[in-house]
Order: sequence, then structure tokens, then C-alpha cells
Amino acid sequence: MPEVSKSPSIAKPIPSITPDMVTFFEGAKRGQLMVQKCANCGELRFPPHEICTNCLGTQAGWVPVSGRGEVYSFNIMHQVYHPGFATEVPYAVVVVKLDEGVKFVSNLVGVKPDAIRVGMPVEVTFEKMSDDVWLPKFRPRARS
Amino acid sequence: MDLRAKCAIAGLGQTRMGKNFDHPNAMGFAAEAIKLALDDAGLKREDLDGLLVNPGITWAENTMASFSLQQAMGLRDLRLSATMGLGGATAGAMIMHAAQSIACGMANTVACVFADAPLKPPPPKDAKGKNGAGGSAAAYGFARGLNAAYGQFGVNAHYAFVARRHMDLYGTSQDHLGAIAVEQRKWATMNPEAQFHDAPMTMGDYHSSRWIVEPFHLYDCCLVSNGGCAVIVTSAERAMNLKKPPVYLLGMGQGHPGGDPMDTLLSGAPIAKETAFKMAGITLPDVQFTQLYDCYTFTVLVTLEDYGFCKKGEGGPFIADGKTGPGGSIPVNTGGGQLSSFYMWGMTPISEAVIQIRGEGGKRQVPKHEVGLVSGNGGILSTHSTLVVASHP
Repeated sequence: MPEVSKSPSIAKPIPSITPDMVTFFEGAKRGQLMVQKCANCGELRFPPHEICTNCLGTQAGWVPVSGRGEVYSFNIMHQVYHPGFATEVPYAVVVVKLDEGVKFVSNLVGVKPDAIRVGMPVEVTFEKMSDDVWLPKFRPRARS
Repeated sequence: MDLRAKCAIAGLGQTRMGKNFDHPNAMGFAAEAIKLALDDAGLKREDLDGLLVNPGITWAENTMASFSLQQAMGLRDLRLSATMGLGGATAGAMIMHAAQSIACGMANTVACVFADAPLKPPPPKDAKGKNGAGGSAAAYGFARGLNAAYGQFGVNAHYAFVARRHMDLYGTSQDHLGAIAVEQRKWATMNPEAQFHDAPMTMGDYHSSRWIVEPFHLYDCCLVSNGGCAVIVTSAERAMNLKKPPVYLLGMGQGHPGGDPMDTLLSGAPIAKETAFKMAGITLPDVQFTQLYDCYTFTVLVTLEDYGFCKKGEGGPFIADGKTGPGGSIPVNTGGGQLSSFYMWGMTPISEAVIQIRGEGGKRQVPKHEVGLVSGNGGILSTHSTLVVASHP
């Protein structure tokens, strides 16, 4: 089962499960990070698009990825744009570059913002936001 | 068709900038700016036969903003009209569209305008005498879906990702970013129109300013301003007979690289520069001053690198050396720019270039002002415009 983190007192915005994201959230609920794969050229991509930027193909499916990667970049947010983050500032948002090459915007758990570094090895974990929405987040892992 | 010096900027109009509630919405600021630009050129409303509009965020959803403004201003029988959207590169692109149209006989005299009014007047005090919430953060903090769930709100947060990559790869430091803010503030203190005219800033002030989103302090981020800014573009021949000296359009170009700027750490400047410099017949040493799009300090750093003022990755030390400030070898953002003067998107650098070429810069006037370079930049280093402007054809 995916790991459940403590939920904050004021709810953060919960993403709606739009038609193009159904498979993604089904995977997340199972504890699997999914990305889109072009049915024509095999290019992986996230977030989902209708058209493959590599070959312009319009057919695509979803495949699970390792959930392992490195911090590619990050910021540390100090302003509160939504009350759900009021008790968290300053908090970091990271760009994780997965081993498969796809970039994923997320948060790190178990690391203070000041300790985050570009190149830090991370792996996916899942945070429950509702019965159907489990949010992929990342935590440090030992360098393999 | 060779467009070199075929057209010129003949008029500049700037409303009051900043926390300015002279008009209830952006359209009012746009109309005022065009009226001021016509006065500056010695032209009348009836002389206009083209209108190009870059709506700011508060009227961005009006896809026929130029027609709305035409009706609001009672303009008749236009031959050119468009609402354009390339973010901060739009102002330069509007001038290009105007010049192309004029050079090929499709229009004679075109107003190009940006206006916005994201700042709202402070609401009346409530029953307990407390001031209501104000501020502009909400207007630029849009996010939805997964980004909102992760707390990734607004353009600041995305630019911060790109800046962090540059810092990690090239050793660009917080002091380097701070140097840009400090140098531009020096210019602003000599510009009576600048919102930060009366607020000199030290490196210590920079470091102690609050964080917005690391690595950006408050003073790494542009202002948010209400106001309007317009220029009148016409043929070089006509401009010579108007009230103000012509600001010739020597070279123009655009560059829109596509892809992910986190990977390339590049703007569209190298592409736009190639076209514009070839048209102008100049090389970098011919440029005497530059007005570079500065939504963030970091944008200035990248743009200086991309035009070749220094090598890629060396923008930080280049600026920290004082080269871009008053008395430096390549004056940059001589009015204070969007960081310290006012935020009119791509019109901010263009307006200051017009002022410098004409020699109207007062205390901040640069000694050599025959050839200037102006950049516009939109999105996250996504779109780019280059103008080479000159006092002589």
C-alpha cells in the first residue's frame, strides 16, 4: 500500500480527475507512477497531451515508470497563494527528472527545503488527498 | 524588401505609472497613452490609420481588444488592426508589424499600445476600521490541476526553476542576481518617473528584502503597475517632418526557441539578434546602450549572455563588475527597468530607448545614444523580440 502522510488542517486544492488523467490517478491509487507513451514513436511524456511533440502522433497509452530520478531543479515558495499552504510556507516545489527522462513537478517529503540540492536522488511516494486522488510526491533515496 | 530605417517611432505616450487609479480599467489607460503619444508626435487622432494592442492580463480575454479600443476612442477607417499576444515580446512584435505594413503601403501611421490595471484601489475600511485585503499577487498567481496541488503558483515559481538550474550549472550567485537589482535601482534614482525614484538600494537592502520564491527576493521581481504606454510608428519620411526627432527602426527580429528553457538556459535572443543585426548592418560593438526585458533580475542576466555581451554562464560576474550601471561600459535599463521603474511589459524597454535616443533622459541620459538595442521576452524565456533603434538612418 502507498504510504499515507499526515493531512494538513486546511485542505489543499485537490486536482479534479479530468478525462485525460483517469489512468494516471488510477495508477497513483495503486502506488504506480504512470506517464503517457506515444503509440507511434514510443516517446514518453507528462503531463498528457493530445499530440506527440516528437512525431505529431495522436494515439497514446499509459505506462508505469520506475518512480526513480533526481532533483532537476527546485524553488522555495514563501508566499501563500492558497490557504491550504498557509502553515507550510516556506515549502519547496521540485522538478524531478525521472530515470526515463520525463520531468515531473512535485514536492519532496522528509527533507527540509534548505537541504534540497540539484542532483539529489529521489523516489516516488504517494500522499492520499481523497479516496480517489493520491498525489505522487518524492523522497530521498540512496544513490544507486 | 529591406526594412532598414524605412520607419521610425515618432511619438511616445506614458500615463502615470504604478498605484494609479486614474481610470477604472485598462482601456482607459490605453486611450490616454495613445492621446499622449499623438500629442508628443504633433499628430491628431484622425492621422491614425492603424491600431495594434497588447492587452495586459486584465483584458487578455478580449480577443478583439483593438476593435474595442477603436470604438472607445472613436477611431474611423483604420487600415490595420490587431490584438497581439506574445507576452513581453508583444510590444516589439507590434512595432515590427506596424513597420512592415507601413513599408509595403498598407498603412501610414500606426499606434501600438500596452495597458493594464491589475492593481485595485484599496477597499473601504470595514466596520472595525481595518483595511481590506489588497495587493496584486492573486492576479499573477494562477494555477490549476497538479500545479496547484503541489503549491506551484504563478510565473515567479516557474522562472525560479530556470534560475536555479543556471545557478547550479554556472555558479551564478545570489549576489550576482542582487547586482542587477542594485545597478538598475541606481538608474531609477535618476528617473523622476520611476516608482522607486526615491528609494536608493544597497546590496544589504537587497539581501534583507523578503523572499518571494527562492532564489528570488522581492527585488528580483518586476513591479506590478497600472498604466498605459503607446508609441506611434510611421514612415521615416513622415517622421522627419513631425514634432520630435525620429527614432529610426534600423533592425528588427524575433526568436521563439520552443522546448524547455530549464534544459537550454537560453532565451530567443540569439535567433532574434541574427535577423535584427543583419537588417541593421551592425555588430555588437556598435550598440551603445541596451534596454533588456527584465521581468526578473535573472532574465537580464540570461539576455546579456544570449546577445553575446559575455559568454554563456558569465552573466553574473559581468554585471557584478558594474558594467551595466551608470558610467559602465554598456548601460542597461537606464530608466530603472521593470524592476525599479514601472511594469508595462515590452513597452518599458522601448519607451526608455526612445527617451535615450532623443536625448531626453535628463540626469540619466547616457553620453553615447546613437544606437540602442531593445529586447522583449514573453512566457518563460519563450518568445523574444529585438529592435535596433537609432538617431540617424
